[in-house]
Amino acid sequence: MTTQEKGWKEIPMAGVCWKSSTQYLTGDWKTYKPVRDLEKCTRCLVCVLFCPDGAIRWKPEKEDIEFDYNFCKGCGICANECPVDAIEMKLEEET
Amino acid sequence: MSSEWKFTTKDIAEKPDLFMSGHRACAGCAPATVLRLVMKALRGPTITTFATGCMEVVSTIYPYTSWKIPWIHTAFENVAANASGIEAALKILKKKGRIPQEHVDVVAFAGDGGTYDIGIQALSGAVERGHDFLYVLYDNEAYMNTGIQRSGGTPLGASTTTSPAGTVIPGKLEYKKPIAEIMVAHEMPYVTTASPYYWRDLITKARKGIEVDGPAFLHVLAPCPRGWRSDISKSIELSRLAVETCVFPLWEAINGEYQLSAPSKGIALKPERKKQVKEYLELQGRFRHLFTPKFEKVIDEIQRITDERWQRLLKKCGIA
Amino acid sequence: MKIVKQKMLALNGDEAVAYAAKQSDVDVVAAYPITPQTIIVERFSEYVANGEVDTEFVCVESEHSALTACLTAAATGARTFTATASAGLALMHEILYVTSGCRAPVVMAVANRALSAPINIHCDHSDSMVERDCGWIHIYVENSQEAYDSIIQAFRIAENPELLLPVMVCLDGFTLSHTLENVQTLPDDLVKKFVGARQFPFVTNHEGKTVPFKLDPENPVTIGPLDLYDYYFEHKRQQEEAMQVAPKIIQQVHEEYARISGRRYGDGLIEQYHLEDAETAIVCVGSTSGTVKTVVNELRSKGTKAGLLRLRTFRPLPVKEITKALENVKAVAVMDRSLSFGGHGGAVFHEIRHVLYDAPTHPYIVSYIYGLGGRDTHPNLIHKIYHDLQRTLKTQRIEEPVQFIGLRG
Repeated sequence: MTTQEKGWKEIPMAGVCWKSSTQYLTGDWKTYKPVRDLEKCTRCLVCVLFCPDGAIRWKPEKEDIEFDYNFCKGCGICANECPVDAIEMKLEEET
Repeated sequence: MSSEWKFTTKDIAEKPDLFMSGHRACAGCAPATVLRLVMKALRGPTITTFATGCMEVVSTIYPYTSWKIPWIHTAFENVAANASGIEAALKILKKKGRIPQEHVDVVAFAGDGGTYDIGIQALSGAVERGHDFLYVLYDNEAYMNTGIQRSGGTPLGASTTTSPAGTVIPGKLEYKKPIAEIMVAHEMPYVTTASPYYWRDLITKARKGIEVDGPAFLHVLAPCPRGWRSDISKSIELSRLAVETCVFPLWEAINGEYQLSAPSKGIALKPERKKQVKEYLELQGRFRHLFTPKFEKVIDEIQRITDERWQRLLKKCGIA
Repeated sequence: MKIVKQKMLALNGDEAVAYAAKQSDVDVVAAYPITPQTIIVERFSEYVANGEVDTEFVCVESEHSALTACLTAAATGARTFTATASAGLALMHEILYVTSGCRAPVVMAVANRALSAPINIHCDHSDSMVERDCGWIHIYVENSQEAYDSIIQAFRIAENPELLLPVMVCLDGFTLSHTLENVQTLPDDLVKKFVGARQFPFVTNHEGKTVPFKLDPENPVTIGPLDLYDYYFEHKRQQEEAMQVAPKIIQQVHEEYARISGRRYGDGLIEQYHLEDAETAIVCVGSTSGTVKTVVNELRSKGTKAGLLRLRTFRPLPVKEITKALENVKAVAVMDRSLSFGGHGGAVFHEIRHVLYDAPTHPYIVSYIYGLGGRDTHPNLIHKIYHDLQRTLKTQRIEEPVQFIGLRG
């Protein structure tokens, strides 16, 4: 552990957590990355609901969904469940 | 009993996640999806409590937390006692005028580990006392967090690390404990089963459980690709197949009266829709050993017990 | 502040505890019955049934759930109280650590009773002594009066925002719990004023906000996370820091209470009885101290310089106070009502020896195991102890460092 970790006098009492997990980017876990065909996509939002990581979001101002690759772990549930096969899992390096 | 709450897909999609990204569940973890969906059903304000287990561990690795709402974890076997304490405190503090909220919902989460076996005492006690809380069981059918050991919720024939498929014994020899039926026998106001594939049904039921006055029990099947040795992309598909094969039928017991939910009702009315359990088992490595001449009879037994339980359920629902 | 007019009630230890809890505006009581604590829960249930308290009473299905419910209720902002003994305390073991780790200010009465097997319902200290490491404050009382006083003080001690550690008040099972005594009780409104309202320290949450330390939908906090090896050690050090602050707070509360009640128990941490010029002394915990005081009086009337050190606060261990109190004593017998099997004596013996190791002079220190499973300790046995100490001084030799008294065979 680095010396940058806080000491016992600096952390809150009783183990209260002081960082949101949104600061912990799990996106580098993935091997495959979901890539969406914008024309096939019907914006049914099923991928938004099923993503275990909440890494696909509906943006009402854009009237479209958005993939947050900072948190996407590349599981492929979105691709598997998409009713119109609009998502393809591609190797990270190839995208 | 029905909820007044009506929602569109967009309503749900737009609701901010109270279970935030950045948690460290495995890729393809269905329990994580279940948590996200149940959180969408909250009406707020809410306090939640978790038993030791996968979801507790991945979401609160100090100093990080994935929880936007007040959250507490104490130990493995006592989440229902946690909820009892919180609910009792809220009740009396409200009475004494020390908290501003009109009402605060209490939701307890535990895996099959913390519910079927070590947690059943606290759960039974809390329900008997009639505390007003929703208990969500996210069932991945083994003690996944400690390394895939069998639980009372592990189904027949499944290979786990403490009921491994060997040359002599084909995995777990005991049947899956009918936990939801045990809860119905407590004469509690609301008991229901759900599956994340049928997300609308799940969210509606979670909300009903929250709204009911008194204890409610929501049993959700939550496939674990790691423990089930299945493809990480197929966790939600498996939760659909479990319903379509009637391995995990969807129903509600409202004040003890059974009612099939739409996905399972469809199968009850059109039995030709019922799929063979093989279709569900063949996608999971934990049942791979059953697809051998030596142990294929276990698949027949799984089919038999599934059909028997399904028929019993139909009778209870008034569909013979 | 002047000493208030008090009402004398005939109460046994359990009833005194229940009465003190009743007056202390407790919000949640979650408890499970076990001999000899049953009267506490029964009496409290009666208060609830008669509308005499504004408390949510949860009849939990086990002691493990009792402490759990108190812990989460305290985390939600409630003042909580529970009681147990023996096997019940043992069943709570896991949660004792969780309670202190979560800094929940639960107050618990323990009616000391022996641990099984064989099963025994009578008094000894094996149940609470074995929990001395769990991070709770331990107070041992000598009589039911002190039990009443200590429970009220316990809420103030536990809830102090600088401290925030759970407190267990230990009273001897049956000897105190079931024996009727005259107990002076304070008026209701005065107790309520003394304990006051719960105060909450502030913590920084995951949104970077400074919020009160409680489960509150307005200001969410996450309590009870998973620590890896990078932070657990620091969290435990924080708990130890609270223990270092505890003696001062225990004494402050004790002093404040003494001013309104007129009752003091030594300095709140230890009680010294004829120790100033004592050559021989017994160190004792709990109700047997009363018997020892009677024997000391008898010996003193015959000219023997005998004394007693009663440990009231066992955790945190009052190191300075013990060292000072025993500095001129030449031979010390430590009475233990519990035994550490294979550990060469009992817990109190170990701790006294350890404290005095750093003292400038070392008295003879011996261990006497007594009273296990409710074995009666007659004053004659205490006389024997002092007699042994005198002989040790004369012969300059310890016959046997660890002895059992009151044992047949």
